[in-house]
Amino acid sequence: MQPPRLHKRYSALSLLREGLRGHSGWQQAWRSPEPKPAYDAIIIGGGGQGLATAYYLAKNHGMTKVAVIEKGWIGGGNTGRNTATIRSNYFYPESVALYDYSLKLYETLGRELNYNIMFSQRGVVTVAHSDAEMEIAARIVNAMQINGTDAELFSRTQVLEKAPLLNSGDEARYPIFGGVWQGRAGVARHDAVAWGYARAADARGVDIIQDCAVTGFLIEKGRCVGVETSKGEIRAEAVGIATAGNSGVMADMAGFTLPIKSYSLQAMVSEPVKPCLDTVVLYLGTGTYMFQSDKGEIVVGGGIDRIPSYAQRGNPPVQATVLSGMLEMFPSFAQLKMLRQWAGVVDVVPDSSPIIGPSPVPGLYLNCGWGTGGFKAIPAGGVVFAHLLATGEHHDISRPFDLDRFRTGRLVDEAAGSGIAH
Amino acid sequence: MQLFSCPFCGPRDETEFTFGGEAGKIRPEPAPEVSAEDWSKYLHRVGNPRGATSEIWVHQTCGEYFLMERDTVSHVVSTTNALRKS
Repeated sequence: MQPPRLHKRYSALSLLREGLRGHSGWQQAWRSPEPKPAYDAIIIGGGGQGLATAYYLAKNHGMTKVAVIEKGWIGGGNTGRNTATIRSNYFYPESVALYDYSLKLYETLGRELNYNIMFSQRGVVTVAHSDAEMEIAARIVNAMQINGTDAELFSRTQVLEKAPLLNSGDEARYPIFGGVWQGRAGVARHDAVAWGYARAADARGVDIIQDCAVTGFLIEKGRCVGVETSKGEIRAEAVGIATAGNSGVMADMAGFTLPIKSYSLQAMVSEPVKPCLDTVVLYLGTGTYMFQSDKGEIVVGGGIDRIPSYAQRGNPPVQATVLSGMLEMFPSFAQLKMLRQWAGVVDVVPDSSPIIGPSPVPGLYLNCGWGTGGFKAIPAGGVVFAHLLATGEHHDISRPFDLDRFRTGRLVDEAAGSGIAH
Repeated sequence: MQLFSCPFCGPRDETEFTFGGEAGKIRPEPAPEVSAEDWSKYLHRVGNPRGATSEIWVHQTCGEYFLMERDTVSHVVSTTNALRKS
């Protein structure tokens, strides 16, 4: 008997054919190879950033002797723990260049990777609660427009048209004056972003090595020439760190420190309910934001926990703050039952901007400090980090985010600029 | 809800406390002779240990600054010690 032809490409036709023959013809989306002794480049961390970097190393730079080393399973860290929002409503030109490039790449990513990432550009509205906050909102809108991304200053009426269930009563603690609207922003299926990049990178020859913890760095004559892992030594011309909340642990192994503290960032979802919210809403006043998932769950997030932590769980006080924010914003959500709560470990930098560039150890490169915003930057982070690993030189977009900015003082202070809460 | 033990007030709710930075950092002096590199390290570079850590915390309600030894994974607090001499 002829073995059934396995489907390499996903399409409506292949889905139909497999549906008719019991889904027996799908092949593994990626291999599980044993590590080779040496690679041209190794990326530590199999989250979105690491997998995207590997994909663009192969696609943009023709490098196929590339490995992604993941201590757990791919997408099991912050890539699978974030609240999946993609936006580029930042204040500084450097930030918009990075995040808007990412948003543009997301717009065509599903087609490029042949993987449905379920990107839904339903818009994000950031709600302001006073005349003074409306002036700040106008300032951010103006900055975004000058930086070349879409932004609109919304009136109270426009906000309520987008989210009619918002608390519009006289008793509201945070009354709605208007807000910042970015229509191209939206949400995507976060796991699918990791899986799509993994499958596409694997198809180009990248080795994705899961269940393999990095235990040390091979340093020869002051240069990093590889890593020690639970599966033995692996050598490489260039080693990239893309380990988010664990960047401090990596830096400590390599013998330097970073301007990063790790904190828990928690999120939660409710039971699924009928469609009632078709945009992403953030309140400046409560710091709580939410949207409704395709399954109907209300996905809720807020600020980071107040205690430096590597625990992938959230503390009750912040959970209470986030949920009380939700009740202020949507009084009718008091009827919701919350189903799940979880947390990821985020790498927080004083200026709330990422660190991309060479580390103090030659041959070792950094892609970290994304804090609470790494998911939205996965495609752009991958492109610029791949450029850095392949050429040893900054991409124009990543240059302002070098570690050197903490010595020169040229911070990209989005913590102050765009009024993000964390 | 976690309880932290203030050396002055005893066990109190975690929300009353604020993280003040890592312990053992000494401001480089005299200022005119400190290089940009050293100043940047003092200002921004921090230890970020996974596991046992030693930190300065402040109890907002009484203003007590103190040293807290705790674990960043389990969140278990081993000791809290006053920074005051007496």
